[in-house]
Amino acid sequence: MTVTERPADPLEPAPPELAGDDLRELWEDAPGLVGFFTTVDHKRIGIRYIYTAFVFFSLAGVSALAMRAQLASPNSGLISPGTYNGLMTMHGTTMIFLFNTPVLAGFGNFLLPLMLGARDMAFPRLNAFSYWVFLFGGMFMYSSFVVGHLPDGGWFGYVPLTSSTYSPGHNIDVWGLGIIFVGLSTTVGAINFIVSTFKLRAPGMTVNRLPVFVWSMLVFSFMVLFAVPAVTLAEVLLELDRLAGTAFFVPSLGGNVLLYQHLFWFWGHPEVYILFVPSIGMVSTIIPVMSRRRIAGYLWVVASLVAIGFISFGVWVHHMFATGLPPLAISLFSAVSLVIALPSGVQFFAWIATMWRGKVELAVPMLFCLGFLLIFLLGGITGVMVAVMPFDWQVHDSYFVVAHFHYVLNGAVVFPIFAAIWFWFPKMTGRALPERWGKVSFWVMFIGFNITFFPMHILGFLGMPRRVYTYNDGLGWNGLNVIVSVGSAIFGLGTLFTLAAVLIAARRKVPVPDDPWAADTLEWATTSPPPVYNFAAIPFVEGRHPLWDVERLRRARPGAEADVGLEVDGAVGRSTPVTSGIDTLPEGVLHIPAETWVPFLVALGLVTLLVAALVSALTVAVLGLGLAVGAATTWAWRTEADLR
Amino acid sequence: MSAALLGSTSVFQGAGSEGRRIVGLWWLMFAMGAAVYVVVAGLVLTAVVRGRRRARPAADSPTADDRFIWIGGLAVPVVILAVLAVVTVTTTSNLRPVRAGELAIEVTGRRWWWDIRYPDQGIRTANELHVPVGRPLDLVLTSADVVHSFWVPALAGKVDMVTGQVNHLRVTVDRPGTYRGECAEFCGLEHARMQMLVIADPPDVFERWMARVRSGAGTTPEDEMAARGALVFQREPCGGCHTVEGTPAKGTRGPELTYFGGRRTIAAATIPNDPKELAAWIRDPQDVKRGAEMPPNGMSAEDLDALVAYLESMR
Repeated sequence: MTVTERPADPLEPAPPELAGDDLRELWEDAPGLVGFFTTVDHKRIGIRYIYTAFVFFSLAGVSALAMRAQLASPNSGLISPGTYNGLMTMHGTTMIFLFNTPVLAGFGNFLLPLMLGARDMAFPRLNAFSYWVFLFGGMFMYSSFVVGHLPDGGWFGYVPLTSSTYSPGHNIDVWGLGIIFVGLSTTVGAINFIVSTFKLRAPGMTVNRLPVFVWSMLVFSFMVLFAVPAVTLAEVLLELDRLAGTAFFVPSLGGNVLLYQHLFWFWGHPEVYILFVPSIGMVSTIIPVMSRRRIAGYLWVVASLVAIGFISFGVWVHHMFATGLPPLAISLFSAVSLVIALPSGVQFFAWIATMWRGKVELAVPMLFCLGFLLIFLLGGITGVMVAVMPFDWQVHDSYFVVAHFHYVLNGAVVFPIFAAIWFWFPKMTGRALPERWGKVSFWVMFIGFNITFFPMHILGFLGMPRRVYTYNDGLGWNGLNVIVSVGSAIFGLGTLFTLAAVLIAARRKVPVPDDPWAADTLEWATTSPPPVYNFAAIPFVEGRHPLWDVERLRRARPGAEADVGLEVDGAVGRSTPVTSGIDTLPEGVLHIPAETWVPFLVALGLVTLLVAALVSALTVAVLGLGLAVGAATTWAWRTEADLR
Repeated sequence: MSAALLGSTSVFQGAGSEGRRIVGLWWLMFAMGAAVYVVVAGLVLTAVVRGRRRARPAADSPTADDRFIWIGGLAVPVVILAVLAVVTVTTTSNLRPVRAGELAIEVTGRRWWWDIRYPDQGIRTANELHVPVGRPLDLVLTSADVVHSFWVPALAGKVDMVTGQVNHLRVTVDRPGTYRGECAEFCGLEHARMQMLVIADPPDVFERWMARVRSGAGTTPEDEMAARGALVFQREPCGGCHTVEGTPAKGTRGPELTYFGGRRTIAAATIPNDPKELAAWIRDPQDVKRGAEMPPNGMSAEDLDALVAYLESMR
């Protein structure tokens, strides 16, 4: 790590009337367990999101390793077909709904207000609510493990397989209701990111000075808002079919099974980019810092992020090329699926250009970014290939596609997430991670990843279909499957080195400077870890790279600097400045609500309702609904003090 | 199982009119993709090596950066993608044409086997698709339960068998051989065990097979053992689900069993069709294929031997 040559405190100190102690008293959570349940601090919630998501990541990883053990030899009886299908379903469901999406939301939660120079999110209680819903939703879905009946309809839950005719058990309901529930968490989180980005930027942080990561979270959030309703609708209709006897997806009664696929993929393909976009944001943040220069082509990068947001809504049918839709219709989606490679190409060359003229430092976060580049490049190329309709007819639902989407969803999302952990861990905890463990972790993961997923391309060409719990001996698939299984174990081992590094850091307590990477964005202007109120004085942003553009950040103060007009009075309290949408002029002050039980209780009430719906327990349902409505009423209640 | 029993599953076989073109398309894309990978990864690594050697970053040059980005990230990819788009359209328009003299074959996906009918010839079989080489085929695909997908990698791309919908796969097989087909859409418990064989013969061999099946010759038991087996078959509940032409067994829930003895595999290409495997299968189907819907049967060993002899005699 390079130690910055900047002044020890890069942000101009706050005047005495804003000094830390008073603020700390106003902002600090209650100690212990009460604070744990009642906090609305975006940093605590963000970190909590991240480690909860990593618990689910390890569960998904263990299921993957179990599946690979089963597939290591032909006709293996290690895992029964039913269990295998359950593990396969839960692996995909967990990785998408309970790891990738929430872990990115976690980084967004932690970083967004800090990068914006704000003291919290726009809706802190909603933020806490969104975490509890995610946690309860995940626990709800995993309760199926406890009762020993896993959802086994695939992570996509195609009808009629998931209809009550072919899947009569409660397991599919656990899955369907769980997805509806977790979607609620993602949706309210997205609203929070959007409003925070629009209204809580520090004075001077105009739209063209927005950090790329914030842009990416903004695009992520808008995509979530437009995509998630589709999957929610798909699962609501599925549950109506299952629980209420409707026939949206029952062909014999006039329903249509492709309708489900359209609804699912109308969310499902944007979802791939929903995960990818914040990852790009992370990479676009880390590469410039590790190259010691501004990102090349900021405008290009931001424009591509926004373009991906739009174009990704026009590609969903490439999951349905083989369903017998008319060729003209699918040609259109084939073309759009080719076009979406362009924004990624632009970004790729922006990263190369950044490094090209930079001074590259191969610290651990940068290694993970480079691993990402080399993996994503291959995943992107095979992505273009599967957009080519006739070729897709061959490789669709084969191991070629398994290889392709693991290169993009594992390689191009999980690697940036690991880069982000190594990059921001010092900021989150104030402690240093042991570099050497990171380097080992990276190399073992990178090698293991390629040993696992590269041979899958070939297996696809050799005709191995996806989602099979076993295969016949003598088809020429045995050797490659052994390699894949060995690779998966190596990859899993690689992730453990990062876990070990985190545990070592927790034990050794080696302190880090506030800005160990000499980075450019505002989160590095405060201490590591940041104080509970983030910034004693709200910074005044004078460029796209606040910590690089000026020797020392000035604080925003009333009357000074381009009529900033910030109410010092307001910013003293438990509040954060509100600024105008485009030119970021101060408009007022947002009161940040105190810690409260309410979000936890609403989420608890709702999950109770969900469990009651599953087991048809009316009394419990009424209790849950009562709790949720009661707590939500308290939430909405305004007192005289609030209105002042 | 031996290689002949398994059939080829390789996309590279290109033994059908469609599969062959797609193999050509793949090699074109492979060449383009490999070139792109080598060049771009080369740029990444060069940038890293150069950047590592520097003591401090080079002076900013937004114009040079922008030029690099739009040429490398936009202009060149536009050209590559345009080529691909043209190739996609031309290849696609050459695939699956309706041709005169097609042989129509209805294949219906069931959990977890394939029901096969030749509507114009009025015959039905299961899990083994006999086709003539060189004659255009119209495979009429649908599902009787959940969504399946018909995929014979050596011959053509896959087409989903969608509940409540009929899809067509039009293809001509170029070379005689045994090709393995697979269900490519997750269809529940035994998705992995839903496979089939496509047996492509020269037209005269195919016609002989067809003529024999239509004649019904060889389905009446000739030796004493088989005759006893036929009685066992009628006595046991087999006929409730299975059909044997020329007998009262008219069930359609399970695979057609007329000419069962001529088939190479049992349980949708899961195990080879020999008397020992067949006996084990009838005794306890779930031991071979957990999700199989056929109930286990506790008939006496003598009855079982006779039944096996009967089924194997129909060829």
